[in-house]
Amino acid sequence: MNRDSNRHTYIFAGVMVIAIAFVLSFTSESLKDLKADNIKKEKMQNILSAVGINVTRDQSGDLYNQYIIDELSLTNIGEIDTSVSAFNINLALEIKKDINTQRFPLYIANVDDNRYYIIPLRGNGLWNAIWGYIALKGDRNTIKGVSFDHQAETAGLGAEITEDWFMNSFIDEKILNNDGDFVGVGVTKTNNDPENTDKDDNEVDAISGATITGDGVSDMIKERLENYLQFFNNIANE
Amino acid sequence: MSKDKEKLFSKQNRALLTDPLDDNNPITVQVLGICSALAITVKLEPAVVMTLSVIFVMGSSNMIISILRDIIPTRIRIIVQLVVIASLVAIVDQFLKAYAYDVSKQLSIFIGLIITNCIVMGRLEAFALGNGVWKSFLDGVGNALGYGWILIVVAFIRELFGSGELFGVPVIPQFIYDLGYTDNGLMLLSPMALIVVGVYIWIQRYFNRKLIEKD
Repeated sequence: MNRDSNRHTYIFAGVMVIAIAFVLSFTSESLKDLKADNIKKEKMQNILSAVGINVTRDQSGDLYNQYIIDELSLTNIGEIDTSVSAFNINLALEIKKDINTQRFPLYIANVDDNRYYIIPLRGNGLWNAIWGYIALKGDRNTIKGVSFDHQAETAGLGAEITEDWFMNSFIDEKILNNDGDFVGVGVTKTNNDPENTDKDDNEVDAISGATITGDGVSDMIKERLENYLQFFNNIANE
Repeated sequence: MSKDKEKLFSKQNRALLTDPLDDNNPITVQVLGICSALAITVKLEPAVVMTLSVIFVMGSSNMIISILRDIIPTRIRIIVQLVVIASLVAIVDQFLKAYAYDVSKQLSIFIGLIITNCIVMGRLEAFALGNGVWKSFLDGVGNALGYGWILIVVAFIRELFGSGELFGVPVIPQFIYDLGYTDNGLMLLSPMALIVVGVYIWIQRYFNRKLIEKD
């Protein structure tokens, strides 16, 4: 056998590629359900943690059904589209659509007779996507809590947005300024409030070494929340 | 002593496992795989999972390439090596996503980057293509251990001094903080990993004189 003949090279490459394709697709298929289940439960876990309910991934299914009383798909003019299931909206794909055809998922939670509005977020960090949930209190202005997550931010720097100390700094911040106009919440290095005692300044303190991830967080809050304002106005006027 | 009568753990074979830990360490002596040593050593847990993943990938890929070493066409051997490594890494990634979801998220892109780790392909090219299956397996595991050992030492130092924690558990008592001690945020930045590795090399060469180059 001449292992450097063209014939051998082609046969070897062909057999190798087919064998490996088989092994990889077999692994992927056989672990598919476990992976999908992890992702679904994590989504429920993240939605709950935005309203301050911290559960393990295994408990999240039951508690989700207990606390989340409504899932709505909204249009950008504040109408409810009943033909689309809000939980199944894949924000990563949805966000690429035209703003008028996008559907905006909104989860409504009832915890101890308090009503919270939970809005999914998605934007860009430094390396890849960042996403999360933001829960607003009944006044649809004060933040009840947030949960963030990321694809590939740097461990110890950008990845710190998933740490409690950072997420807790959003609690009780407002998304409207003192004149009642929508401004979102800025992640900023220049505010004079590093202890974050001022809850009316629409700002939280940034993470050193994670400027771009922090800007990504500000941007996604602003861009996503803007689309729900019309709906919030509609309920306020009812 | 003929070759096929050699014991599984003969002196020579044991050296394949232990040499990379000190005398021939892939990071501190051969200076390979530095990139990931900087990136994933902020905390211990990802460093340990990374070590286990690399042990699996290196042990298996060295074995597979060694089995195929007589039929791999020389002209495409680098491609074959890459395909084998990439497939094993993809399998590790899938298993982590199914069974260790949280850790797989912490390691994020770095599992995928095992493919580009110079140590893995270096061992395939330098050792597995010319040696038997068992020896190649030991060589792969040994080098992965040598790599992982440095990861764990660096991660230990960075997590301890950077966040005051080990495996995410706070270990520095509160009264030390009350005395004015603060965690060193610099430890969390990548350049500090390079400095820690540098200090390790310094200490290693102090105790292991034969590593010092003669002029």
